[in-house]
Amino acid sequence: MGLAKRIIPCLDVTAGRVVKGTNFVDLRDAGDPVEIARRYDEQGADEVAFLDITASSDQRDIILHIVEACAAQVFIPLTVGGGVRSVADVRRLLNAGADKVSINTAAVENPDLIAEASAKVGNQCIVVAIDAKQSSPGAWQVFTHGGRRNTGLDALIWARRVQQLGAGEILLTSMDRDGTRNGFDLALTRAVSDAVDIPVIASGGVGTLQHLADGVSVGNADAVLAASIFHFADYTVRQAKEFMRERGIEVRL
Amino acid sequence: MSTVSSGPIVVVDYGMGNLRSVWQALVSVADGRQVLVSHDPSVVRSAERVVVPGQGAMPDCMRELETRDLRTAVLEAARNKPFLGICIGQQMLLEHSEEGDVAGLGLIAGGVRRFPDEHMVDSAGRRLKVPHMGWNQVWQRSRQALWQGIADGERFYFVHSYYVDPLDAGWVAGTTDYGIDFTSAVARDNIFATQFHPEKSARPGLAMLANFVCWKP
Repeated sequence: MGLAKRIIPCLDVTAGRVVKGTNFVDLRDAGDPVEIARRYDEQGADEVAFLDITASSDQRDIILHIVEACAAQVFIPLTVGGGVRSVADVRRLLNAGADKVSINTAAVENPDLIAEASAKVGNQCIVVAIDAKQSSPGAWQVFTHGGRRNTGLDALIWARRVQQLGAGEILLTSMDRDGTRNGFDLALTRAVSDAVDIPVIASGGVGTLQHLADGVSVGNADAVLAASIFHFADYTVRQAKEFMRERGIEVRL
Repeated sequence: MSTVSSGPIVVVDYGMGNLRSVWQALVSVADGRQVLVSHDPSVVRSAERVVVPGQGAMPDCMRELETRDLRTAVLEAARNKPFLGICIGQQMLLEHSEEGDVAGLGLIAGGVRRFPDEHMVDSAGRRLKVPHMGWNQVWQRSRQALWQGIADGERFYFVHSYYVDPLDAGWVAGTTDYGIDFTSAVARDNIFATQFHPEKSARPGLAMLANFVCWKP
């Protein structure tokens, strides 16, 4: 027995509301990120992630209030990402109650941000999100701006680099699989997980419980992140954990 | 309910990161008792019980503790008040840390060590990653008021690359397996300290904090 593999439900939040609806039957407010986070906590989620996809900058601070409210009620780690561009942004989120902050586009545009942020707040608080797309068999390139812009960076080289710069964890999303419900890109997940010494969270493509289990047992991921299968109440986090445990994966139940 | 109250529960703020979650978690179990976050040594001295959290790197934590004049107040609290150290707040109780080769408060003989690379493989031969991040089991090695109601082997949330290694096994209150069997909680007299984060450990974490809040060592 030892460290459990983590299951992390992710919520897309814009202007303070969860974007994708949820089918939780008994939620008073299905769009309230705090209420949903609390529900996931009750189901046994190991962490919760908020991805702030607010487009307009004047609504950016709304996420801080959501994080504050969440931290007051949910006593598991909370990761927040989306639009983080500076050490000041990182600090604001941490001060509001986030435990980790994920940086994506800004990390590619300014890799020093990773080093600077992790030196200031500790690498345990810094997650670098990598969006990768297959370019040829066994090779993936890093995309930014929500998957719209190809940076030309090799995903494995970038993953090693962000570790060197001080990232504490990598949130790895396959742009090929994201939204497909066809399962993680397991070759990508495994390649990145084996390339670095820091934990890797697999993301993008989960449609079944088997996909979650595969992310760990085939992809070597330390944690698996999913949105829609939990949002639409296809499965609870607890069901996912029971499924994984039956397949010999160590989980917290 | 007793109305006798001899001061607040104080979370010591020495400028190393966000203490909101520690404060929130304590408030949620404090049953109306006052919980303060303070960087003022006199407030720490007025406390009935003291919590020293900590994140980041131990050298920075020790430096900030000195700079902010909190070292003496923390040492005093550790001598005679119910005292809870969390993460770096536990590590700083030792004499020395390999992280930055820095001296600690020296209340516990022994050092703080980094997970040794050569032992970082699991039973299936897979490499274990550092930082040790996530939920792992804590095996209770001594009877403690703070373990009350918490199952032996319960999982708590960890995030760290260094661990405490007390010379005197009498300090060891809990151990956890991650490549090596390391000390994840220490206790003696009025001191209890954990490597894991009770404030992020859902129900078992809150249960431990609730035990601390009414602990009479």
